[in-house]
Amino acid sequence: MYEFNYQRPKSLADAAKALKSAGDGGKLVAGGQTLIPTLKQRLAQPSDLIDLGGLKDLAGIKVEGGKVTIGALTTHAEVAHSAAVQKAIPALAALAEGIGDPQVRNRGTIGGSVANADPAADYPAGVVGLGATVHTNERTIAADQFFTGLFTTALKPGEIVTAVSFPVPQKAGYAKFPNPASRYCVVAVMAAKTADGVRVAVTGAGPSVFRVKEMEAALGKNWAPAAVDGIKVAPANLNQDIHASAEYRAHLVGVMARRAIEAAG
Amino acid sequence: MPQVSMTVNGKAVSATVEGRTLLVQLLREQLGLTGTHVGCDTSQCGACVVHVDGKSVKSCTMLAVQANGAAVATIEGLATNGKLHPMQEAFRDNHGLQCGFCTPGMVMSALDLVKHNANPSETQVREWLEGNLCRCTGYHNIVKSIQAGAAAMRGAGR
Repeated sequence: MYEFNYQRPKSLADAAKALKSAGDGGKLVAGGQTLIPTLKQRLAQPSDLIDLGGLKDLAGIKVEGGKVTIGALTTHAEVAHSAAVQKAIPALAALAEGIGDPQVRNRGTIGGSVANADPAADYPAGVVGLGATVHTNERTIAADQFFTGLFTTALKPGEIVTAVSFPVPQKAGYAKFPNPASRYCVVAVMAAKTADGVRVAVTGAGPSVFRVKEMEAALGKNWAPAAVDGIKVAPANLNQDIHASAEYRAHLVGVMARRAIEAAG
Repeated sequence: MPQVSMTVNGKAVSATVEGRTLLVQLLREQLGLTGTHVGCDTSQCGACVVHVDGKSVKSCTMLAVQANGAAVATIEGLATNGKLHPMQEAFRDNHGLQCGFCTPGMVMSALDLVKHNANPSETQVREWLEGNLCRCTGYHNIVKSIQAGAAAMRGAGR
């Protein structure tokens, strides 16, 4: 790991200030389950590492007004084991329980996961599939506008994710085909029936999370696993690597969508 | 350079570290607690698992400064007065190790599981061990050890 200047701000305002003054060399760390391995491999060389770990206000789960709001520093284990999340959005608790391994879940945070926007991460499917809103220190960003591409988001330099709020759906299910070694998603699907219609979000398959509008339309008419039968996603722009071909990923989208709807009931 | 203070196995310790010093480096290289192992160094193998404020974490994937003020527990803290912890005893009784390299992480991970689930099924143990790799045993005896260790802990009221 290259050297960096470690900072641990005591308030969100101080963190934002530190991040702005560090400029391009500033990097935020929360649980560090992606960033620390990246630093160890010298794939990143921040001048300043700004640790959000001291901002205790950013951790915690609230359920009110038909929304589950999860602070950015809340760990995956906390989301998975939260009785409130399990009751309001069991699919979200299940998603969190399937991330990485127990030790990763004890450190990794929702804010870090969404800000990192890994194409194979679980949370992007949860955020987009449930039509969540990402809160930052400057504004709120709707899920559909948040993830903009491979490891890229709508976050501006100096902007810090503070929470993600999920409207409680009528029904939701999550199904994941994990890479057997890393537990990242080869393909995973969050399908939800919400007050604003059906949403089907896919992670792992493409460079960034995406919705399958054709499945959403079919499920809007008939919320049943069979409704997505025969709806194909074109492999043209999907990911291809040693783990799975684009064609296989395209196939898995249909299988995972079906399983997600089965899980939702 | 940052100063850190924490308790390790109940004892207060302070050290000067670099921002980039990993928790496992502090434990092994500065505090001499070499029971915590570095296996893969890429956050996958779990040989470095310790507890921070009661939760199992990979100490190769946490900065020492991030553990400032925390209570850290390592494999060295388990035995009391020369008597092995029931989970350690169970690994010995059930031949839960061959080379032993992964064992400290396995034991620390197992103890976190037992905290949540005093009587884990074989499937639950196997799922929990997602983040701990063993290259010798094929896991069968590790799973057996953890179930036996959990049973012994229930018996001992721990």
